[in-house]
Parts: sequence; structure tokens; C-alpha cells
Amino acid sequence: MVQTGKTAVEKVFSKKSGRDVRAGSIIEAEVDYVMVNDITGPPAMDAFSQLGVEPKKDKIVLIPDHFVPSKDIASATQSKKMRDFAWKYEMPNYFEVGRGGVCHQVMMEKGFATPGALIAGADSHTCTYGGLGAISVGIGSTEAGVIFGTGKMWFKVPETVRFDIDGPLDESVEGKDVILSVISRIGLEGGRYKCLEYRGSAIQQLGISDRMTIANMSSEAGAKCAFIPPDRKTEAYLEGRARNSWEFMDSDMDATYEQIIRIDASELEPVVSMPGSPANVKPVSEVDSEIDQAYIGSCTNGRIEDIRRAAAVLKGRKVHPRTRLIVVPSSQQVFEDAVSEGLVKIISEAGGYVSGPTCGACLGGYMGVLGPGEKCISSTNRNFLGRMGDKDSSVYLSNPSVVAASAVAGRIISPSEVLKVA
Amino acid sequence: MPEHRIRGKVWILGDNVDTDQIIPARYLVTAEPEKLAPHFMENTIPGLASSISRGDIIVAGRNFGCGSSREHAVRAIQGCGVSLVIAKSFARIFFRNSINLGLPVIEADISVVEGAEVSVDMEKGTIAHGPETTKFEKYPEFLKKIVDSGSIINYAKEELLRQQSQS
Ligand code: SF4
Repeated sequence: MVQTGKTAVEKVFSKKSGRDVRAGSIIEAEVDYVMVNDITGPPAMDAFSQLGVEPKKDKIVLIPDHFVPSKDIASATQSKKMRDFAWKYEMPNYFEVGRGGVCHQVMMEKGFATPGALIAGADSHTCTYGGLGAISVGIGSTEAGVIFGTGKMWFKVPETVRFDIDGPLDESVEGKDVILSVISRIGLEGGRYKCLEYRGSAIQQLGISDRMTIANMSSEAGAKCAFIPPDRKTEAYLEGRARNSWEFMDSDMDATYEQIIRIDASELEPVVSMPGSPANVKPVSEVDSEIDQAYIGSCTNGRIEDIRRAAAVLKGRKVHPRTRLIVVPSSQQVFEDAVSEGLVKIISEAGGYVSGPTCGACLGGYMGVLGPGEKCISSTNRNFLGRMGDKDSSVYLSNPSVVAASAVAGRIISPSEVLKVA
Repeated sequence: MPEHRIRGKVWILGDNVDTDQIIPARYLVTAEPEKLAPHFMENTIPGLASSISRGDIIVAGRNFGCGSSREHAVRAIQGCGVSLVIAKSFARIFFRNSINLGLPVIEADISVVEGAEVSVDMEKGTIAHGPETTKFEKYPEFLKKIVDSGSIINYAKEELLRQQSQS
């Protein structure tokens, strides 16, 4: 039988396993980096300590973010365990509060994620680095601990679903709207065990930050990893930050895909995920709900580009009296940029609250947890029952411009409606 | 080696049971199964955790365990004493975590009522429920090695030992 070409994910797994592998093979592969956070890290350290070997220090990245700065004594004990581990082994890649931020943002910003790399992370949104052409896979804590000691892990090489997204994107459409539209089309299970590959002129038109958002939320469709072909924009992003040399790997023209889905980019519009499921998507123009809280942050949409968009809507306006706006930059770097660009001032003058980086309220941790019956519009990625607080609270997901506009109106609204009013 | 025959009373759960339901994030300040267990499904089905007895089996719908990578979801289930989870399908990381932590998981579509007894033969790949028997696909060879070792840690230890004795 004549073998056809390979998908990008087949290429990366072939390289990292030293074998010629295709979708469906179960392999052991050498990973470039393994990342854990303050929730998933401590169990990984327990697992590692049972192996009785020295850690593969250069491969390990430790990023406390979920409950730091610590919210209570239990979380302080947990992050202390991570810190003690980092000091004990003199870990080169530990990012203390004030020098790090949300784990995925740090992984990209600090140059760990590069095209063609294989990265395992004990967090489900590890797939984010696919926005830079890396193959990055979410795993559990125990297996992360095993990689600490062995540098290797088992993987099943996934099939790839390709999205060809072509045509001009309206100015109002952001990466978030593209991925929410994809999830609404294929459902929470549509990408289960798959690599989701996004190509086409609309993807090329988008900047790196939007591509990261798209790769990030592939997790909500159940994907194992995401892949966006690297290009000049990727190269420009990596310039001065990549820690290693990289290789542009892309799928062959004659690669075998599980499915190819075409999306006409000109038909996309800003959308909102209704409470309960990220797949429950409606055009923002059809949603009219009052809100108590508006939240901008997370590994999905807490980057400087997102905060700029929010500030553009907020400039010279006020947050609605009955609504609170919380803005959480996704890393220390993003925070610094937001200060130096004057964005923090704009948000603060509008009556919004800005904090330092943390996962915080994204997972219902702290710094913006919702009370019974409260409604929040959020630039984050999950809106399952009770995700951001009480089981009777609800979360609407949208892009950061829609969050900012909704904060001003006190109800969910299109930015264009708010911008109309001077 | 884990038991090949698992027999127990069934608890039924629906489709898309996500990790925020299985164990809400506010409890993720410990990874101990016993401390997590009381909060299993507490937002969706209050009282379920305390009703489950050691050895019981969960039968769920599609995409069980979707959402976060938190291994705490598997640990909470193990802490409740659940011996096996059967689901129409599993979310990817939940499936990995279960294999790696030694919680048996089976992908199968069976119709049973809550409280029924089912009996599973992991070796033969069969689930007996009432008068019916449903076959399921057994683990691929590599995963079976991990499952037979009891956990990924045991498997890794055996591998490391093997490498040491070779070098
Ligand atoms: S920001 Fe939210 S989704 Fe991202 S890693 Fe933190 S908790 Fe998870």
C-alpha cells in the first residue's frame, strides 16, 4: 500500500518516538517540557518521589497560578509544597508570584512553546501552544510526575480534524468567536481524542493572540491537541523569546484527515455561550440578559491584545452602577504592559477593578467568585454548572470586547451598540 | 495484579458529566481521595457520595469526565470506594488518569436501572447485567501493562529497573 503524507501531529510524534507513526498507534515519546501548576503539581511530586530517581530538571516547568497568591491556609500549604520542591532540586524553571502568571501564558511568553515541540502539561488547556505550531497535550498529575523522572510518556497518536476557515473576517469577530462557533458546530465531544487543525485565510489573518485563543478552547470540544500552521507572524512572536531552535512542521498536502470541515469566515459573528455548556452558542445580538459581574482574564482571553480591546470600549465610559468589572491580566508581563500602555488607568477610571495575574475566579477559586443567582459574562473558557461559584450562579462566555461592552450596559450587548453612544 | 472480576451495585449518571461536577474546584486544596470523596457530585446530586458503598459501580452516559485535567476527579471517585466506571464514552484526560491511577474504566453502552447488579469480567471483556451480556473492547496491549502493574508509577518503576539492569 502506498502511504500518504502525514499530518503535523503524526510528524511530531514520529520525531519524538523515533518511529514512523500514524494515527492510532500507541507510542512512548520523549517530551520537550512537562508543566504542572499549584493544583496538579503536588500530586505529581508525590508520584515522582516514588520513582527514586533524579528529576529531569531542564524539562520541568513549575508555574503556580490557580490559587496564588494563596487564598487560604490549605492552598498556601499546597503551593508551599511546590516551592519547597523547586528549591530542594534547584529547579531552573519555577515561576514565583510576581514573576509568572497563568501557566499557559507563561509557557508561550517565556519561549517554552515552539513549533514542532512536544509538550505535556498537567492542565487541560495545554493544547493552547498549538497556536504556535507546537503539539501540546493535557495530561494528569501522576503521569506528569513520571515524566519528571523519565522524560517520556505514552500517547496515542490522534487523528486530525481539519478546519478550513476561509474568507474575510468582520472586524468585530475575534478568535474567541471563531472557536465558540467551531465548538457549537461539533459539540463538546466533536474533537474528543483528536488533533484539531485550523487553516485558511481567516486564520492567517488573525494575530498570534487570537490563534492561541482558538487552540486553547479546542479543549472544550474534547481535543487532545490543536495545531495552527506556523508562519511569519509566529516567527515574529518567537523572535527573542524561543528557548530552543525550532522546526516549522506542517501537514503534508496528501495527509489523511479524519474529517475536513469548511467554514465560511464571512458568515461568522460575535457570539455568546449560554450558561451550562460552551457549545450552547448564540449570536450576541440575540442575547439580552442582565449581568452582575463582567470578567476579563484567563489563559483564553487575558492577554494584552484582549485588554487593549476592552480598554477601547471602556475609554471615556463608565461601568454600569449595578455591575462590577474585574480584569485579571494573564501574566506579570501582560500586567506591566497594561500599566505602561495606560490601559489600567482607563479601566480603573471606568470603575473597573484590575488585579495582578492569577487563575482566580476563572475556576471559581477566589477574587470574583459568584454568589447564588448571580450572572457573569466572562472571557474565560468554561461555563459548566457552578464553574465560577455557587451552583445557582451562571456564566456566559464571550470575547473581551463583548464583556467590556456588557459591563458598561449592565446587560449583554454588542460592542457596536455601546460604541455608538459617545 | 488487580481483580479481573468486578461485581457491584449500579449508580446511574448522565451525559457530559464534567469535572466541575465530579469535584468542584474549591476542594482542590488536597489530593487525598478520602478528603475529596465527600464532595463527589455534591452540586448536582447532593447526598450521592454518602450513599455509595465500597465496590459500587458507576454507569454513565457520553463524554464522562469532560472538562479539566484534575486527577482529583478520579481520586474522589476512588475515595468513594467505586470499583469501576462504565460509560458510553470518556473524556480523554479522565480516561488517561483512570488508567494511570488504576481505576478500571470500560467504554460500553448498557441499559441497566439504578440499584441493579452487574458483573464484569475484565479478561473476557464481558458485562453481565440481568439476563444480558454485553461485550466491550479490552485495553490495547500497552495500556494493559499499566493496568496490570496497578498504576503508571509501578509501571515506570519496573521500566526504570529494567533499564538499570540492562546498563
Ligand atoms: S485561567 Fe482558567 S482555564 Fe486557564 S489554566 Fe487557569 S483555571 Fe485553567
